[in-house]
Amino acid sequence: MNPRGDSTSGSDGAPEPRRKSKKPKYSRFTQQELPACKPLLTPAIVVTTFAFIGIIFIPIGLLSLSASEQVVEIVYQYDTDCIPEQLQNDKVAFIQSSKTNKTCTRTLTVPKNMEGPVHIYYELDNFYQNHRRYVKSRSDKQLRSKASETVTTNCAPEATTSDGSVIVPCGLIAWSLFNDTYSFAVNSKIIEVNKKNIAWQSDKEHKFGSDVYPKNFQMGGLIGGAKLNASIPLSEQEDLIVWMRTAALPRFRKLYGRIETNLAANEQITVTIQNNYNTYSFEGKKNLVLSTTSWIGGKNDFLGTAYLTVGSLCLFLAIGFIILYLLKPRTLGDPSYLSWNRNPDGHY
Amino acid sequence: MAANRPSLNPSAPPDDDPDVLPKAAFRSRSSSSRHRAERIPSSSSNSAVAFERSTSKPVASYGSKRSDSEKLGSQREINDDDARFVYVNDPERTNQPIKFADNSIRTTKYSVLTFLPRNLFEQFHRVAYVYFLILAGLNQVPQLGVLTPAASILPLAFVLGVSAVKDGYEDWRRHRSDRDENNRTAQVLAPGGEFRPKRWKDILVGEVVKVTADETLPCDMVLLATSDPTGVAYVQTINLDGESNLKTRYAKQETQSTPPESNAGLIRCEKPNRNIYGFLASADVPGEKRVSLGPSNIILRGCELKNTRWVVGVAVYTGQDTKVMLNSSGAPSKRSRLEAHMNREVILLAVALVALCVIVTVLAGVWLANHHDELNDLPYYRKEDYSKRETDTYNYYGVGWETVFSFFKSVILFQVMIPIALYISMELVRLGQAFFMIKDKNMFDEASKTSFQCRALNINEDLGQIKYVFSDKTGTLTENKMEFRCASVGGVDYSAASDGEEDGHSITVDGETWRPKMSVKTDPELMNAVMGGEGIEKANRSRDFFLALATCNTIVPILVDTPEPSLKLIDYQGESPDEQALVYAAAAYGFVLMQRTSGHILIDVLGERQRYDVLGLHEFDSDRKRMSVIVGSPDGTVKLFVKGADNSMFGVIQKNLDLDIVHATKTNLHSYSSLGLRTLVVGMRELSEHEFKKWQSAYENATTALIGRGKLLKTIASNAERDLRILGASGIEDKLQQGVPEAIESMRQAGIKVWVLTGDKQETAISIGYSCKLLTSEMTQVVINSNSRESCKRKLQDAASMSSRLAGAGSAKSPLALIIDGTSLVYILETELEEELFEVATTCDVVLCCRVAPLQKAGIVALIKNRTDDMTLAIGDGANDVSMIQMADVGIGISGQEGRQAVMASDFAMGQFRFLVPLLLVHGHWNYQRMAYMILYNFYRNAVFVFILFWYVFYTEYSLISAVSEWSSVLYSVIYTALPTIIVGILDKDLSRKTLLKYPQLYRAGQRDERYNLKLFIFTMMDCIWQSIAIFYIPYLAYRHSDVDVSGLGDLWILAVVILVNIHLAMDVFRWNWITHASIWGCIAATVICVIIIDSIWMLPGYWAIFTMMGTGLFWLCLLDIIVAGMVPRFATKALTEYFWPSDVQIARELEKFQNLNASTISEIPLSTFFSHP
Repeated sequence: MNPRGDSTSGSDGAPEPRRKSKKPKYSRFTQQELPACKPLLTPAIVVTTFAFIGIIFIPIGLLSLSASEQVVEIVYQYDTDCIPEQLQNDKVAFIQSSKTNKTCTRTLTVPKNMEGPVHIYYELDNFYQNHRRYVKSRSDKQLRSKASETVTTNCAPEATTSDGSVIVPCGLIAWSLFNDTYSFAVNSKIIEVNKKNIAWQSDKEHKFGSDVYPKNFQMGGLIGGAKLNASIPLSEQEDLIVWMRTAALPRFRKLYGRIETNLAANEQITVTIQNNYNTYSFEGKKNLVLSTTSWIGGKNDFLGTAYLTVGSLCLFLAIGFIILYLLKPRTLGDPSYLSWNRNPDGHY
Repeated sequence: MAANRPSLNPSAPPDDDPDVLPKAAFRSRSSSSRHRAERIPSSSSNSAVAFERSTSKPVASYGSKRSDSEKLGSQREINDDDARFVYVNDPERTNQPIKFADNSIRTTKYSVLTFLPRNLFEQFHRVAYVYFLILAGLNQVPQLGVLTPAASILPLAFVLGVSAVKDGYEDWRRHRSDRDENNRTAQVLAPGGEFRPKRWKDILVGEVVKVTADETLPCDMVLLATSDPTGVAYVQTINLDGESNLKTRYAKQETQSTPPESNAGLIRCEKPNRNIYGFLASADVPGEKRVSLGPSNIILRGCELKNTRWVVGVAVYTGQDTKVMLNSSGAPSKRSRLEAHMNREVILLAVALVALCVIVTVLAGVWLANHHDELNDLPYYRKEDYSKRETDTYNYYGVGWETVFSFFKSVILFQVMIPIALYISMELVRLGQAFFMIKDKNMFDEASKTSFQCRALNINEDLGQIKYVFSDKTGTLTENKMEFRCASVGGVDYSAASDGEEDGHSITVDGETWRPKMSVKTDPELMNAVMGGEGIEKANRSRDFFLALATCNTIVPILVDTPEPSLKLIDYQGESPDEQALVYAAAAYGFVLMQRTSGHILIDVLGERQRYDVLGLHEFDSDRKRMSVIVGSPDGTVKLFVKGADNSMFGVIQKNLDLDIVHATKTNLHSYSSLGLRTLVVGMRELSEHEFKKWQSAYENATTALIGRGKLLKTIASNAERDLRILGASGIEDKLQQGVPEAIESMRQAGIKVWVLTGDKQETAISIGYSCKLLTSEMTQVVINSNSRESCKRKLQDAASMSSRLAGAGSAKSPLALIIDGTSLVYILETELEEELFEVATTCDVVLCCRVAPLQKAGIVALIKNRTDDMTLAIGDGANDVSMIQMADVGIGISGQEGRQAVMASDFAMGQFRFLVPLLLVHGHWNYQRMAYMILYNFYRNAVFVFILFWYVFYTEYSLISAVSEWSSVLYSVIYTALPTIIVGILDKDLSRKTLLKYPQLYRAGQRDERYNLKLFIFTMMDCIWQSIAIFYIPYLAYRHSDVDVSGLGDLWILAVVILVNIHLAMDVFRWNWITHASIWGCIAATVICVIIIDSIWMLPGYWAIFTMMGTGLFWLCLLDIIVAGMVPRFATKALTEYFWPSDVQIARELEKFQNLNASTISEIPLSTFFSHP
């Protein structure tokens, strides 16, 4: 005999859903009565919120601006400047020729005291390191270990040399490695440029193998940029590692090195630039940047301005709302504002 | 003994035109046969089976209902080709050459093997998924590969996977219950001649099965024998059709006496079909002539055996062939209005998507054309490949092709503009909402122990936008529990029913006291008349009246034990509540129906036991609108008792007899129906010997006729029912359900128009209208009851001019009520007058339709549905409401007294009419609000992300790359931001239950589409563009001159957008409980963790980027600035509109907050307590 209780299971899934259902047990959850907080945008909250944001943001903005102000930055655009007068009309020929002298010496004045370390960046413009064809043209497996040296799936058109041997590091990114060099001197005294630890530690340790050595690099028909010393493992090729962190925007800086000493105001720095890198064929600009840093990074007026704008907007809104609330007050929760009370003759 | 007469074959079917009968129309008048008409209108032929309730007929009944199978034209013998041959007790032979389905059942949709293909096939019915599949396919083309193959299919795979898991889990539960079911055991006759237990799934067609009391039947069986010597068995069919009363089934006399093991023979029965009220078969019993079998000889799987010690039957249909299984139908599938509107916006988004792609394509084309010559000089483009012997172009197909590729790449990149997770989110949200509706204790019906049922899972939000409610009356507004209230006997009105004897009338049988289960208040004067205190004529008339009530019915008395051994209760089981009420009334006046056997009934007439032979019974049918019974009295006379609707009865009474009485009865009837009572007229005639003989031979001929049996029987009935002497009339009260007037008032305040569609007569309908406060005394009533097109037209025009006059009168206008009857509707519906009716009806506040047929009910729903955008809801409990329930946007079935077709056809089912109030005003409002917000939010959320990608495209030479890592991109809409919106969609409440009930007017927000409309969509999209600009350009400007790498900036963007959209959601949450907190903040945390994990994979270019970024102050300052700058416009707008242009909902929220309405006792508020608004 079957107990009555399960006798209804005969129709489970059949047309008849379980009919004798148990009374739902009361719980705050099932009755949707969980204790809850019900925020409401009362005038006090609105005004306080805006005022609070204003009060927080304006100081942050001022702090950011002053931090940015303290950053000393020397930007020197040398792409046109470093080409001899007579070759200005054919920059590409100049840069592609192996015979021209590409050394370019200029003097920069330090506007303010620069406390070390002073970061040396090169800044390229109109160079789309974020272009789809470019970004994809690399092999992270090959960079990391010798065992995967032949993994060059995505590296075309710089995967192999014309005789089929593998290029290490392969791909367009590595191929187009930046190859201008800078050296600095103050009063004929050479300033040491520290090129160690310019790349991320994580990249050196995990992304670029210490057993991977450059091979067949820049041996193809077209030379894209710098050559690499085949006896140094990739994990120590920091310029390459920096370059391979592809930039997000078409105008970008990359760390070149650091000057560990302080530079005094009005000091004359002699910069010797080896202007090798071809940005002329696509009208790319090249800048040399010397910059100190602060807690917001390099020179950045935008953020401070943005904070000041948003902060003052909020203060303005706070005041505006106060005025509005005073001009047109409304009792919160007054039933007489309900549409059917305001307009009792309306459509019922 | 009656059973031996061939004419008593219970399967002999009389006729009845089953379609398009207004159930309630005759229910109110001919209670005894109310159920006869409970037919599904022809429009819904398959999904709901026609209700044929011949089953509780006594053996001696002279006919049962024509089954559907007969209706299909198979009155003749079943053709051998269409028959199933069952050799009793010989399963081997039965199952040859073709083995019939075994008795295992499978309600599951899938098996392990078919799950994947079938489920995927079903899911890809959704166009959006096909779109995503095509895009994933396009992405695999090397030239178009924007994403890695794995990433491109992940989102689709994820949403398909979640759906599949959900479907799979549901199916697994079904599978489990199937398994339990299949492994139950039943007693099956083994070769040795004894019954042995056997598992259900192993039962074969042809096997003989024994079932004992209270057991569930394992398969469909033809009864061979029962413990009752006359072969009666009672079954409860609650699992089959939801009716709780007992049905009577019979074993054939030819097999009843045979011991089970020596049963043999051949049953030829029709092929399995889904009609649970039809069965057609014949049996060749050895040594007997061929006997025919009908629906009353079969007991169906799923029923329970009651009041019968055992039955033995032979399995004829097993497993999937059983009628219960053939009837399993899925829930109806409808699409909600919100979803329809949503699709409009999806198309807008698709247009926007194409526009974005075209912009990108054109710009990419222009760029390529301009730089065509220098492409090879660009280190980041490098058109040519020098690594081969011959210089080749590398992955470059010319400007034209590259431009075309740009288009497809941009579609792939921006594909999430169409929110992929929206569909699955909506499914999950509806599931959650359904859970809460089912669990709501305020919608649990204590009386029937039923909780709310959600049968359709895709129109929850429609409940918040209902404008019209079409309600059935009987069983929906009323309880459908009939109480005998008053009688008019011989033209004298006896309605002073007072509290009579407390325990009611009782009789003594063999020392035991038998008492009817329900006592009825008696009128002392009538009682006196019955007892003879008012003269012999009154005594005879009133005795005949109650004798008619006690005999002219199909009630089966069943004895119920009480704790007291000497006291037994008589429970009158029958299909018609009206009949039950009449029999209880007769019992109260001393005419106790004691026993019903095959050929006779036993009645205790004022203490004297009398046996009446039931010689014939004429079923109710819609043409005659009456039923009658021919009984042989103990004194040897043959009497015909008839009861039926007044207009049908007054047509067959003896014209020139008792004119005063007829007139007085008519007056009484009118006053009864004005009180809202259901009236019936009872009459009788004595048959002479000659008449009886003539009738009997005609009746026997008819019952044995093979063709046209029903028609013949109808003619015979009509011939017999004439020249009646009127005995009296009865008034039965159908009580209003609890809380109906309050519910109607609430709905009216909520701006919902309630239309009542009933089969009752006009007076009854109006009086019910008053008692449920649908009609009020200040209303102007417009009545349309015409018999011709012209007068209908005239009345409609009058009504129209009146309504416009009233509308012109301005604020003092009195509300209008339109009352229209079914006859007039015949001339109006589907003619050019329909338009005028629509005009008039929509200006009226209340519409009452009386005497309407089921299809007319649907027609009225269609009248509104086809002409307006307003949402319609139909609520009903009976088979006659099915067409209207299916027609309306939302169909609700009352799971009450009337069986389950209404529930089967409905989208939602519940126990009481008043649950409509919490369902619409509370859950409907919430569901609509939640779903509307969720859809808008999903659009917004995905669009923000797409716009961020879009802005970046301008800084990548249109090369369609995204700074955000591709894994973050694909996880964005399915993981990073999906859960909080689902949780909020399930849990958030703008207002408390109490407020919503206190101010029903708040419901109009849904009717006005306040939470989802094109304006809101456009506003949201503008907000979304601003936010995307803030998210994109603040970091862009801040990092313009820095050495930031792609991944670092991408990480900032993805974190910013996830935090911003979650804050946006947080700002719009009305009620913060711990689950909301956990989901929103948890989701942000989960995103951070995901980004960290992605950036910890050395294979990906973004390795360690997030850590480097987080180490700088600039990153955090950017994030904060983005969030504030992004949110300020929305926050300010929100504060401004909420304060200066507050919606009703907003004011109610403030009321809740400041008037402390929402004390901790919300849940204790009884539903019936509705506050009248101030």
